[in-house]
Amino acid sequence: MSDKKQQVSRRQFLNYTLTGVGGFMAAGLLVSPIRMAIDPVLKESSSGDLVNVGLSVDDITSEPQRVDWTVEQVDGWYESEPSRSAWVYKEDNGDIVALSPICTHLGCVVSWEGSEQYPNQFFCPCHDGRYEKDGTNVPGTPPLAPLAVYEQEVRDGMLFLGNTISREGA
Amino acid sequence: MLQKLYDWIDERIDITPIWRDIADHEVPEHVNPAHHFSAFVYCFGGLTFFVVVIQILSGMFLTMYYVPDIENAWKSVYYLQTEVAHGQIVRGMHHWGASVVIVMLLLHTLRVFFQGAYKKPRELNWIVGVLIFFVMLGLGFTGYLLPWDNKAYFATQVGLEIAEQVPFIGEQLKTLLAGDANIVGAQTLTRFFAIHVFFLPAALFGLLAAHFILIRRQGISGPL
Repeated sequence: MSDKKQQVSRRQFLNYTLTGVGGFMAAGLLVSPIRMAIDPVLKESSSGDLVNVGLSVDDITSEPQRVDWTVEQVDGWYESEPSRSAWVYKEDNGDIVALSPICTHLGCVVSWEGSEQYPNQFFCPCHDGRYEKDGTNVPGTPPLAPLAVYEQEVRDGMLFLGNTISREGA
Repeated sequence: MLQKLYDWIDERIDITPIWRDIADHEVPEHVNPAHHFSAFVYCFGGLTFFVVVIQILSGMFLTMYYVPDIENAWKSVYYLQTEVAHGQIVRGMHHWGASVVIVMLLLHTLRVFFQGAYKKPRELNWIVGVLIFFVMLGLGFTGYLLPWDNKAYFATQVGLEIAEQVPFIGEQLKTLLAGDANIVGAQTLTRFFAIHVFFLPAALFGLLAAHFILIRRQGISGPL
């Protein structure tokens, strides 16, 4: 620090004041619009409830079967009932597996034994992606991750499914 | 830091003369409220522009939520008004600002009129100003329909019937505005939306540019 007093010139003072006042006004003007614009990021996403998919646990076999159901979706001011589907089967120990049919490569829909060439596998018609019965992607085919699994619960003997949980690549 | 950035750019493309040309001009004593307080009347033009800037900004943000469709317009407005944080404030800015623009515009016009500032050589700028006034009224009229509530609907009904009174071309004019000869509906709303957010703002920018270029070229009219 020098002993000499730092002089603020008239011009500098005016520059600072005007910039400050102008900045304050601009900020005041923009606070609300920006808060409104970023609202979707700050809103808590409603975690989807588990939904009865209309399939009795007794009807689930060791052979994957496709179930379709609808969920209630609120998208801002628009309410709709988009459909969901899953491939469901029972493992030998009785555990129920519900796989998302969305291919992890580019999002096409896979089918159980969708190709006659590959029995006992899920097959994606778009780029010949394949998955084992437990959803693990077959190495050497386009998908790099296994099929996602649904959150699931059994209530009163009926199957309830929720959101999908994606899994790490094999 | 900022100075360095400025210097870097200025060294290459020499921007100083550009902004000096725009920003560096003397405010004559007779329009400076610091000298004569009554000179505050010269602020109304600038205030009009300031509110227009608020309208543009708030309007840009409102279109993030608004949909110009008869099924969803009201619902989207209701949603942004009740569910979106600060949505009420932003819509309030646009709603009240629309009225404030007209008030400021009228005060500015009155000042120019009673000071005789429109006289030669500034007649052309007066004409441009009147065109801006019409564009503003158009923005107010088209924006009024967009919330698609009862007030909006019936106000537009009346407005369209006024347009219909124009001699000879009235009916065609009404159909052109409403998008349908008989219905005030889906096509009216999309038309009004397009006019409100694209056509009239484009016209407004052009006219404002002309207004400002002319005032810089001719200078502010002398003291009374």
